[in-house]
Amino acid sequence: MDAVAEQKYDYGVVRWFTVMATVYLVVGASAGVYIASELAWPFLNFDLPYITFGRLRPLHTNAVIFAFGGCALMATAFYTVQRTCATRLWSNKLAWFTFGGWNLIIVAAVITLPLGINQSKEYAELEWPIDIAIAVVWVSYLFNFIMTIHQRKTSHIYVSNWFFLGMMVMITYLHVVNSLAIPVGMFKSYSLFSGVQDAMIQWWWGHNAVGFYLTAGFLGIMYYFVPKQAGRPIYSYRLSVIHFWALMFGYVWLGAHHLHYTALPDWTTSLGAAVSIAMIIPSWGGAVNGMMTLSGAWDKLRTDYVLRFLIMSLAFYAMSTFEGPIMSIKTVNALSHYTDWTVGHVHSGALGWVAMVAIGAIYHMMTRIFHVELWSTKLVNAHFWTATIGTVVYIIAMWVSGLMQGLMWRAYDEYGTLAYTFAESVEAMHPYYAMRAIGGMIFLFGALLMLINILMTVMKASSESSVQRARTAVATA
Amino acid sequence: MSSNNASGGLQDWIERNVFAMFVGLLIVLSVGGLVEIVPLFYLPSTMEYNKFPELVWQRKEGQTLNDWKAGDGVRPYKALELAGRDVYQREGCYLCHSQMVRPFRDEKERYGHYSLATESMFDHPMQWGSKRTGPDIARLGGKYSDDWQRKHLRAPRSVVPESVMPNYPWLQENRVDGETMQAHMRGMQTLGVPYTDADIAAAPKELEGKTEEDAMVAYLQVLGTMVKLDENTAYRE
Repeated sequence: MDAVAEQKYDYGVVRWFTVMATVYLVVGASAGVYIASELAWPFLNFDLPYITFGRLRPLHTNAVIFAFGGCALMATAFYTVQRTCATRLWSNKLAWFTFGGWNLIIVAAVITLPLGINQSKEYAELEWPIDIAIAVVWVSYLFNFIMTIHQRKTSHIYVSNWFFLGMMVMITYLHVVNSLAIPVGMFKSYSLFSGVQDAMIQWWWGHNAVGFYLTAGFLGIMYYFVPKQAGRPIYSYRLSVIHFWALMFGYVWLGAHHLHYTALPDWTTSLGAAVSIAMIIPSWGGAVNGMMTLSGAWDKLRTDYVLRFLIMSLAFYAMSTFEGPIMSIKTVNALSHYTDWTVGHVHSGALGWVAMVAIGAIYHMMTRIFHVELWSTKLVNAHFWTATIGTVVYIIAMWVSGLMQGLMWRAYDEYGTLAYTFAESVEAMHPYYAMRAIGGMIFLFGALLMLINILMTVMKASSESSVQRARTAVATA
Repeated sequence: MSSNNASGGLQDWIERNVFAMFVGLLIVLSVGGLVEIVPLFYLPSTMEYNKFPELVWQRKEGQTLNDWKAGDGVRPYKALELAGRDVYQREGCYLCHSQMVRPFRDEKERYGHYSLATESMFDHPMQWGSKRTGPDIARLGGKYSDDWQRKHLRAPRSVVPESVMPNYPWLQENRVDGETMQAHMRGMQTLGVPYTDADIAAAPKELEGKTEEDAMVAYLQVLGTMVKLDENTAYRE
C-alpha cells in the first residue's frame, strides 16, 4: 500500500516541506519566546539594534505565518491534492521551484528584518523585492494546484481542495494589492496608499491573512486529516458546502473591525462588525463538521495521540471564532482594542488552532511519506500536553493583562480624573508578561520534542532506506 | 466522497470543474474588498478637509515648508521629519505605539483630541498601529522637551522607570543622508504628496550634520501639531 503510494505520487517535495515546517515552528516559537521575554525583562534587548523588540517582532510573525504556516500549507496541499485527485502533481519540477523559492524568501526575511528593512505594514513587512518574489512563488503554487486538480482521476473535487483553492486565490489578491508601493531605493519603498485608505487595505490584508491563510487553508487541512485519522467520513457534506461559501464570501469583510472608533468612517466599521458577528455561524459550521466526524469514534482519542491534536485544534478553533465576533462588537472593542487581549486572541487561534492542526497533520503524514513508524509515539503525547498547557497559560496571561490594561486606561478616581498613568499600567503588566513568556517556553519545549521526533524518524527512515524500498518494491495491491 | 451526495445544479458543476470553481472564487472573494475599500477613495465624507478646508495647509507661491507654523494645517513632512519617520518605520515603533486617538473621554484626557483621517493623508503608509504596549503618540508633539525626548530615546528607563522600551543609543551616532532623503521625497512626490522641487533641492542643506536622533526628535515633535482642532466642531459623525 505504502509502496504503491510512493510510486503513484510525488512525495519528495512533500517530505521536504514537512520537515522544514517543523524546523520553522521551532524558529518562529523561539523568536516569539524571546520577544515575549524582552517585554517582561527589557534588558534582553542588550542595546543591539538587530535584536530589539521592534525588529524581532516582524521576524516572529513572518516566521510563524509564512515560514511555518506556509510550509505546512504547501506540504499538506501538495500531499492531499494528489491523494484526493488520485494523480501526481501536474509538475513536480514546479513544486520544487515553489519549495526552493519559498525557502529563499524565508532566508531573505531572516536577513532583512533584523537589519530594519521593512515596509512597516503589519504582517506584510517584507520589502518590495521580496514581495515580488513572494507573488511569483505563490502563483507557481496556485497554478500547480489548479492544474493538478484539473488532471484528476476522480469525478468531483474533494472539499479540502476547495478550501486550499479559496485560500490561494484570496492571498494572491491580498498580497498584490496590499504590497503596492513605490520603490525609493533597493531596500526601501513607500506604500501606494496613505492614511485612512491605507489603513482599510492594511486590515483587509491583516484580517484575511488570518481568515484565509490561517483559517481557510487550515480548514483544508482539517477536512482531509480529521476524517483520515479518525477513519470516518466527514459528518455532513451539505454543511461543508454552506459553510465554505459563507466563509469565502464573509471573511473578506471583517478587516474593518480592527479600526473601530478610528478615523475610518463609521459605515465601514459597522459593516465590518455586522459581518463579523454573523461569521460565527460559518466558523462553527466548520468546527461542528470536524468534531462530529468523530461521532461513534470518540474512544479513539484514548489511544490516538495524533487525533488528540486534531480534535484539540478544533476546540480552540471553536473558542477563538466565538471570541473573535465578541471582540468585534463596538462596545467590547472599545475596551479590548490596543490591549493584550488581541494578542491573546491571536495566539489562541495561532497556537491552539493553526499550530495544533498542522502538527497533527505533520505527524499523520510522517509515517506515510517516510514509510516508517514514528520514532516515538510517547513523545507525541508529551508534545500534546506541553502544547496544550503552554497555549492555555499564554492565553490566560493575555486575557488578564488585556482586561487590566483596558480597565486601567479608562478608570477614573473619585475626583473625576484619570486614576492611573500609562506607566502604572505598564508596571502592572509585568507578572503577566512573565507568565506569557513561560507559557511560550512550555509550548516551545513541546515543539522541540516534535523536532527531535521528526528528525529521528527521518534518520530511521534513512537507515532502513524505507523510501528506497518503497520506490522499488513491486506493487502487490 | 462527495459524488454520493452531490447536490446537483450549480454546486455540482463547480465541483466537477476546477476552472469554474476558480472563477467563482475570484468573484465571491472580491466583493467584500470592493465594497469596503473603493468608496473610501471617492466619498467626500471620508476626508474631513472636504468640509473643513482649513485642516490642510494652503501653501502660497514661493513659500517653503519652514514658513509653516504649528496649527496652519496638514503639510508634507520636512526632510528631517521624514528622515525621522523612516527611522520610526525601521525600528518597528508602530508595533507598540499607536497614532490614532479614539473619541473617548479617557483618551481625550490622556492624549488629546481624537484623530482625523486628514491628519494622516500624507502618511505612506499610515502608522495608526494596533497595540499600545506604550502610549499613543498621535499628539506627542510639544508635550516634552527635545532634551527629554533625547534622554528617553537613549535610555527610556532613565526618565520612565516602568518602561519596557528598548534603548536606542545608536540613533545619536548614525548620520542622515541628504541624497537618500531626496530620493525618498521624490518617491513621496510621485505618490501625490505636494513637495515642491525647491523642497527637495533644499533637503541636503537642511540635513547637513544631522543625526538619526535629531530626525527622530523632529518627527516626534511635529506629531499632532499640524492642525488646530476646535472642541466644539464635529469633524466626524
